[in-house]
Amino acid sequence: MSTTEELVDFDVALEKYDPVLGFEVHVELNTKTKMFSDAPNAFGDVPNTNVTPVDLGLPGVLPVVNKTAVEYSILIGLALNCKIAESCRFARKNYFYPDTPKNFQTSQYDEPIAYDGYIDIELEDGEVFRVEIERAHMEEDAGKLTHMGGSTGRIQGAEFSLVDYNRAGVPLVEIVTKPIVGAGKRAPELARAYVGAIREIVKNLNVSDAKMERGNVRCDANVSLMLKGADKFGTRSETKNVNSLRAVEHAVHFEIERHAAVLESGQKVVQETRHWHEDTRTTTSGRPKSDADDYRYFPEPDLVPVVTTPEWIEELRARLPEPPAERRKRLKAEWGYSDAEFRDVVNAGMTDLISDTIAAGATPAVARKWWMGVVSGLAKTQDVDAADLGVTPATIVELQGLIDSKKINDKIARQVLDFVLAGEGTPAAVVEKRNLAVVNDDSALGAAIDEAMAQMPDVVAKIQSGKVQAIGALIGPVMKATRGQADAARVREIVLEKLGM
Amino acid sequence: MSAISRDDVAHLARLAHLEMSEAELETMASELAVIVDSIAVVSEAAGDDVPATSHPIPLTNVFREDVVGQTLTQEEALLNAPDSEDGRFKVPAILDGE
Amino acid sequence: MGSKNLDIIRMSAAELAAALQAGTVTSVEAVQAHLDRIAAVDPGENGVHAYLHVNAEEALAVAAEVDALRAADETLHPLAGVPIAIKDLIVTKGQPTTAGSKMLEGWMSPYDATVIEKIREAKLPMLGKTNLDEFAMGSSTEHSAYGNTRNPWDLGRIPGGSGGGSAAAVAAFEAPLALGTDTGGSIRQPGAVTGTVGSKPTYGGVSRYGAIAMASSLDQIGPVTRTVMDAALLHELIGGHDPKDSTSLNEPVPALVAAAEQGAAGDLSGMRIGVIRELQGEGYEPGVQQRFDEALELLRGAGASIVEVSCPNLQYALAAYYLIMPSEVSSNLAKFDGVRYGKRVVPTEGPVTIERVMGSTRAANFGDEVKRRIILGTYALSAGYYDAYYGSAQKVRTLIQRDFDAAFAEADVLISPTSPTVAFEFGAKSDDPLAMYLNDVATIPANMAGIPGISVPGGLSEGLPVGIQFLAPAHEDARMYRAGAALEALLEKQWGGPLLAQAPDIEAAIAAAGQGEVA
Repeated sequence: MSTTEELVDFDVALEKYDPVLGFEVHVELNTKTKMFSDAPNAFGDVPNTNVTPVDLGLPGVLPVVNKTAVEYSILIGLALNCKIAESCRFARKNYFYPDTPKNFQTSQYDEPIAYDGYIDIELEDGEVFRVEIERAHMEEDAGKLTHMGGSTGRIQGAEFSLVDYNRAGVPLVEIVTKPIVGAGKRAPELARAYVGAIREIVKNLNVSDAKMERGNVRCDANVSLMLKGADKFGTRSETKNVNSLRAVEHAVHFEIERHAAVLESGQKVVQETRHWHEDTRTTTSGRPKSDADDYRYFPEPDLVPVVTTPEWIEELRARLPEPPAERRKRLKAEWGYSDAEFRDVVNAGMTDLISDTIAAGATPAVARKWWMGVVSGLAKTQDVDAADLGVTPATIVELQGLIDSKKINDKIARQVLDFVLAGEGTPAAVVEKRNLAVVNDDSALGAAIDEAMAQMPDVVAKIQSGKVQAIGALIGPVMKATRGQADAARVREIVLEKLGM
Repeated sequence: MSAISRDDVAHLARLAHLEMSEAELETMASELAVIVDSIAVVSEAAGDDVPATSHPIPLTNVFREDVVGQTLTQEEALLNAPDSEDGRFKVPAILDGE
Repeated sequence: MGSKNLDIIRMSAAELAAALQAGTVTSVEAVQAHLDRIAAVDPGENGVHAYLHVNAEEALAVAAEVDALRAADETLHPLAGVPIAIKDLIVTKGQPTTAGSKMLEGWMSPYDATVIEKIREAKLPMLGKTNLDEFAMGSSTEHSAYGNTRNPWDLGRIPGGSGGGSAAAVAAFEAPLALGTDTGGSIRQPGAVTGTVGSKPTYGGVSRYGAIAMASSLDQIGPVTRTVMDAALLHELIGGHDPKDSTSLNEPVPALVAAAEQGAAGDLSGMRIGVIRELQGEGYEPGVQQRFDEALELLRGAGASIVEVSCPNLQYALAAYYLIMPSEVSSNLAKFDGVRYGKRVVPTEGPVTIERVMGSTRAANFGDEVKRRIILGTYALSAGYYDAYYGSAQKVRTLIQRDFDAAFAEADVLISPTSPTVAFEFGAKSDDPLAMYLNDVATIPANMAGIPGISVPGGLSEGLPVGIQFLAPAHEDARMYRAGAALEALLEKQWGGPLLAQAPDIEAAIAAAGQGEVA
C-alpha cells in the first residue's frame, strides 16, 4: 500500500485548475432471477446455494437472457433520456479472476442498449447542472471474494481467499457519463448529487433496491484536472467502489487535492485505478492500467441480438413513473411548504413517507409535524434512519385522529408512539390497554372541577372578576384528581360554562 | 502482419494464463508464424461493404421469463472443487506476499 | 461370442428396434451383446480403444426397465432399449466426463446435457463415453490425453477426429448408435474414414446445452451410425427446440425418417445435385476422387440431375475457420482454471498466487494442440489485430453464406468428398498442424454457414473407406437424408450389403497385431 500522499488545499487547487469528472455507476437490478440463469437473485443467502450450473460456469452450460432484466435496462435508459438501440448485442470481456466463473464477463461493448442521454441534477441551492450520459449497458455481476488470513480482511496480506458465487450473474446496468466539465468548486457536491440522483431514479423505477450499503448501487469516480482555460483534459484516475454518497463527495474532494499536488510538484498523474478507504478518507494506488487490460472483446456467440421495436419501447415508456425532480416540484406546490421546509424534507429523505402519510389521510402540516418533528427526533436519539424506526403512515394518521377527537393530547400521543414502536399494538389499542385516554367524560371531569372550585373560592372569584387566566390554578388539582389525563382546554371550557361566562 | 516473436507469444501466454517454458515459447512462436501466414489471407477476402456474420443462423430476442428455477445444493456446487472451506471455493492468495 | 450376439451387434439400430418390438431380442440381451463386444475388441495394447468409460451397470438397468415396460405393454419410444455410446464431450450425470483432457480427469457433472435428458426419457441404455481429441480439437483422435483410438479397418491408422471414438465404436460394432459433435467436421470426417454415417444438423437443430463448448458458433451435436436411416431416427430423437440454448431453432424437427425412407426407395427424379467445383480435384487423393465420380454416376442413374456449382469463397473458409474457431476456443476454455473444478496444479517454484496456480493448472493439463489454439485465438482477438483477423473472418463467413445461397438456388443439395484422404497412419501428420487442418477443408464450410451435412460411405480406396458428403440448405436437413439414403441404397446394391461387411475381422486383427509385436 502506498504511503501518505501530498495534498494541495482544495480551494487553492481550484484557483488554478478545473476538475473534470466522469462516473461509472453500476446498478444491481432487483429481478427475481439472474441475468443469464434462473437462479434466484437474492442477497445474503447461504454461500453457493443461489447457483445453477450456469452460474458456476460448469463445462457445457449456456446463458439465456432474462427478459425482465432487458426491460428494466430499457426503463433506466428511458429515465435517463437515452436513445434505445434498435439492435444491440452482448459481448465477452475476457479476463481471469477467481470471482468470474467463466473467466469472461458477459457484457455489452460497442452496442449498448441505451446511449446519448442526460439528467438534470439539482444542487441543494437549486442550481441545476446537466450531466450527459454516454451509455447504459447490461452486464452481469461477479461472485464475492472474502480474503482470509490477513489482519485486515483486505486483499493485501491475505493468505487465501474464499469464493461465493451467489452474486455471480446478478444483472447489472452500468451507467457511464460523458466527461463532466465546469463544476468547479461544486465538483464534490455534484458528484454526490449525481450518484444520489441515479439512486433515486432506479429506486423510483422500482428496478433496483438501490441500497448503496449492500452494493446495489456502486460508483467508480473518474477525476482529472486541467489548467483553467485549457481545452485538453488531464490524465484521470479511477477511484473504484465508492459506496456511499458521502464517500463519493469525499473521494472527489480528495482526488482533486491529490491531483493538484502531483501537478504542482511537476510530476505527471498516473492513469490508474485507486481504492477508496472510508476509514482514512483517502485513496491509494491500485494496479496501473497495463497491457494486461486487453479484454479481447468479441460478440457473445451463445446469445443472439436484442432487437427493440417502437411498440415495445412505447409500452415500456408508459410504465415510467413520474421523474423524481418533477414529482418534487409538484409535491411542493401541492403541500404548500416553504422552500426551506421542503428542502429540509427532501434532505431528510422524508418525501415518500410524508406523501404516503398525506395519502393515508393526514394534512400536509400534520404529516410534516410528525415526520420532521417527532419521528426524526426519535431517529436522531436512537441513531437510526427515520425510515427504519418502524413508524408507518397509518400509525401517524391514527395518532393524529386520537388527538383530533380529543381522546389524547399531544404529550400523551408521543408516549403512545413509544409504546407502538415497542410492539404493543396500534395507537388505539395502546390507549385502551394503558388507559391513557384523556378524561373528557364531562361528568367525571365536572365532578373534579366542582371539587376544585369548591376548595378555591378565591380563585373562582378572580375568574368571575375577569381574570380568566386564573383558571390555571384550578387545572393543577383537576389534573391531580384525574391522574393527568384531563384535557386542559376542556377543563377551561367547563369552568367557564359553569360560571356562565 | 505475421512474424510472431517469442515475446509476442509470452505476452499472449500471460493473457491466456498458460505458463510456458522458454522452449515452449520458441516452438509456439515458430508454429504460430506458419499458421498465421497461411490464414492472413482472410484480410484480403472481403471488402468494407461486407457485413460480419457472428451467428450462422440469424435469430433475435431469445429471452427467458423471470421465473426462479432449480438450483444446485451447496454440496453439488462444491462437488468437484479442488479446495473448499466454509461452503466456499478456496483459492490461493491473489497478491504475492505483502 | 455366440452367434445370436453376433447377429445382434451387426443389426442396424432400426433392425434392433424392430427385433426388440417383436420380442425376438430383449434389451438386456442387446446391451450385454455390446458389452461383450466392447470387452473383446476395445481394451488392450492393440484394442480399438473407442471407450473412455463403460457404463455397464446403468445400461443393463435401463435395458431391464425397458424389457419390463415392454412386457407390461407400455408405450415406448421406437428406439427404447437400443444402446447408444456418447462422445465424452457431452456431460452426463453418473458417468465421468473428461473431454479427452487431463483437465477434467475424474470430473463428475452435476447435470445432464439436454440430449442426454432426451436419451434418458426415451430409455436408450448408454453404453459409455467415447474417446476424442482433447476438447474436440483434432482430426485424428491422436490429441486425446487418454491414448489413440484405432481405426477398425486398420489398427495402425487414425479413426478420424475429433469424434474418432464414436465412429470407431459404431464401425467396430461396439454400439449401433453414438452421439458426436461437429465443429469443423468432427462427426463427418471420422464417419468418412471409418465407413460409417455421420450427420451434422443445421446449426441450432439440436441443443448444445451440455456439450462442452469448443467454438460456440460452429458446434453442433449429431448422430453417428452405420446407416442413414439410423441417423435420421437418432436425429429426430435428439433434435428440437431447447429453451436452455439461445441459439436453438424454435421450429419442429423436420421429417427425416420419412425423407430417408423416400431416398432408400431409390427414386431421385427431380432432385438437382450440385457438385462444388472447389471441393474436388487438386488435393484430393485419386482413389477418393474416383469413388466420388462413381457416386455421381449412380445418382444420375437414379434420376438426379447433376449440376456444377461454384463457391469461390470456400478458398478462404479454412483460414477464416482457423481464426473464428480458436478465438472462441480461447474464451470458452478460459473457465478451466482449477478454481471450481479441474485438476489444480500448484507451481513448485516461486510464489503461489491464484494467477500462477491458474497458469500452471492450464499449462499442465492442456495438451499442445489446445494450447496452440488458445494462443492463436488470443492473438486473433487481441488489441490491434481484431479487425484484420477476427473481423475479416466474420466477413468471410458472410461471403461463404452468400456462395451457398447462390449454389442452393441451382441445386437442392450439394455434394463433395467428405475428406480429401482416407485414414492416415498414426503420427503421419501430428508434427504438422497445417497438414492436419487441411483434412477438414471440405467439412468446415458447412459449420461456417450453419448448414447441415451428412457423410455416407462411398466405397473403398486401397482397402480404406471413402466418405461422400451431402450438404443441404439450413432447416432443410431432410433433403440430405433423402439423397444420402438413395446413394447408400444404390451402393449397397452394388456391394451386396453394407460396406462394413467388407471390414476385416477385428478380433483376428488385434490378435495378429499382438503376435506381431511379440515377434
